[in-house]
Amino acid sequence: MSGKERPLLINAQDFDGLLSSLKKLGYTTYGPTVRDGAVIYDVVDSANDLPIGIGDVQGPGSYRLRRREDGALFGYVVGPHSWKRFLHPPTVKLYTISSNGKILASVENANQKMAFLGVRPCELQAIRILDKVLLEGEYPDPVYAARRKDVFLLAVNCVEPGENCFCASMGTGPEAKEGFDLCLTELLRPEGHSFLVKVGTEKGKELISSVPHRQANDDEIELASKLLALSRERMKKKIEINGLKDLLYRNLEHPHWDEVAKRCLACGNCTMVCPTCFCTTVSEATDLFLKHAERWRRWDTCFSREFSYIHGGPIRYSISARYRHWLMHKMATWVDQFGTPGCVGCGRCITWCPVGIDITEEVKQIGKRDGEVKVKVE
Amino acid sequence: MMKDGRPKLAVFKFSSCDGCQLSILNLEDELLEIGQRVTIAYFLEASRATVDGPYDVGLVEGSISTPHEKELIKDIRRRCRTLIAIGACATAGGIQALRNWKDVKEFIGVVYAKPEYIETLEKATPVSEHVKVDFELRGCPVNKYQILEVLTAFLAGRKPDIPSYSVCVECKRKGTVCVVVSRGMACLGPVTQAGCGAICPSYGRGCYGCFGPMESPNVESLAERFLQLGVSRRDAALMFKGFTGWAEPFRKAGEVLEG
Repeated sequence: MSGKERPLLINAQDFDGLLSSLKKLGYTTYGPTVRDGAVIYDVVDSANDLPIGIGDVQGPGSYRLRRREDGALFGYVVGPHSWKRFLHPPTVKLYTISSNGKILASVENANQKMAFLGVRPCELQAIRILDKVLLEGEYPDPVYAARRKDVFLLAVNCVEPGENCFCASMGTGPEAKEGFDLCLTELLRPEGHSFLVKVGTEKGKELISSVPHRQANDDEIELASKLLALSRERMKKKIEINGLKDLLYRNLEHPHWDEVAKRCLACGNCTMVCPTCFCTTVSEATDLFLKHAERWRRWDTCFSREFSYIHGGPIRYSISARYRHWLMHKMATWVDQFGTPGCVGCGRCITWCPVGIDITEEVKQIGKRDGEVKVKVE
Repeated sequence: MMKDGRPKLAVFKFSSCDGCQLSILNLEDELLEIGQRVTIAYFLEASRATVDGPYDVGLVEGSISTPHEKELIKDIRRRCRTLIAIGACATAGGIQALRNWKDVKEFIGVVYAKPEYIETLEKATPVSEHVKVDFELRGCPVNKYQILEVLTAFLAGRKPDIPSYSVCVECKRKGTVCVVVSRGMACLGPVTQAGCGAICPSYGRGCYGCFGPMESPNVESLAERFLQLGVSRRDAALMFKGFTGWAEPFRKAGEVLEG
């Protein structure tokens, strides 16, 4: 697909048709839905399961839903879940092994087709990053590979940024450029509720042909691009990405790391909600008679002391060292490791930090006082 | 060890509600296997038939709160090769440690008709303050699967897989929506050790801290956050001074909040 083709238009009531077509093609459809006061991702059976007319207000350490007057299907900003949950699950049994060395069952046979609905541009980038880390290295992760194999990505552009979004700074949004099967822009006009549709792949083309659609007219195309330009303008949070890697590398002993550590709970929430944090821990469980053992893999966090435990003790004992390690990885060492930052600017780590630590503010502090070195107490 | 080679397991109770012992009995699907793997030599909650020590593994529930218990725990330590403290009482003093901030003599005078019959210590304290403990399993009550894991690990001679990170990690793995962030509720999860499976937040309530302080609890920062959320200093202090309130970081946080 060249992406140069003229966008299409579907009416909002035909969104349900997309969903049923996906199901007919054998996909399990995952998408946004409201639960426990938040927009989370789970199986959605019809458009009625979507957060219709729901928006949200976010701040550092704060998230509340609000009612919208317009009946938008995608009028919310990313919530506490990310697609990582389905591609790189929080808990996986890797295998069961018996005492004679026989492996009884290995990695789940995930012959499943998953369709993700409402993937935001920043999330598309997060999936690209996970692909790079978990698929494209020397040792691809079989769990991720099996789950990633047949994923339909239905993206939705962000016409309204959230209070903690900074995707424009990270160059990942608010408009999706690539990596989707279909990409929608929601248009709420007096004359009707519709979606401008960009087709990214043959799979996407097939799907869109299963519902009533027409070519978008110039007004509709212009409106969509206006909305996205406005969204970019309205995004308040920013991070200066130029020179950021070097700034961080030369400020390893900056006093601000200790200042953040006074607030940081080392609870690990930021890493759990981050759509790209991929670290796991592996542990064995045995039965009482040592006849069977199971190997389990679980999401882990570099904010735990045990995470860096090696012979003799943890190498990142202080919370300060752990926060620095995490931020440095997201914004600096990730670039050296995988070619892009590990941060996509979704703002989840800001919203879901119980004490509201704001990565954009912390980086700003270091930039403002570039070169300061903490006084070492002997 | 028994003649048939099975290690001897003993379960002892001190000042406690018996809930942790019940957690062992709640291992319904696994109890028969446990009985095959070890001799349940002393476990009065389950059976009055006992086998004399020494014991290979001793599980101790409850805090030390009387002069008698203070002596008894030393004796039990001598009779157990491996001694494991189980539950909030045995590892932090438990709910009865709330008296540690008050005058226990006054309580006795108010509660008992004949206070002179009551012999008690001024403070209820964890087992580790009295004897060397080989492992502490947290919880009020303990998680039965963690009990099984600890037992299995000790029998196999390996380290038990008991994480010391926060309850938040369990909440997020489950996909539970954070009650602090989405409801402005006070929750001890960020400073509390995982292990319960994040039960309370899953039901829309803040964590009560039953599993005690996690490995590096930043209680000052969380206390500050509670105040920002509109919790009074007294209520915030009472949150920390709960089921594991005598554990040092929580004790200090409570005391600082009360001023």
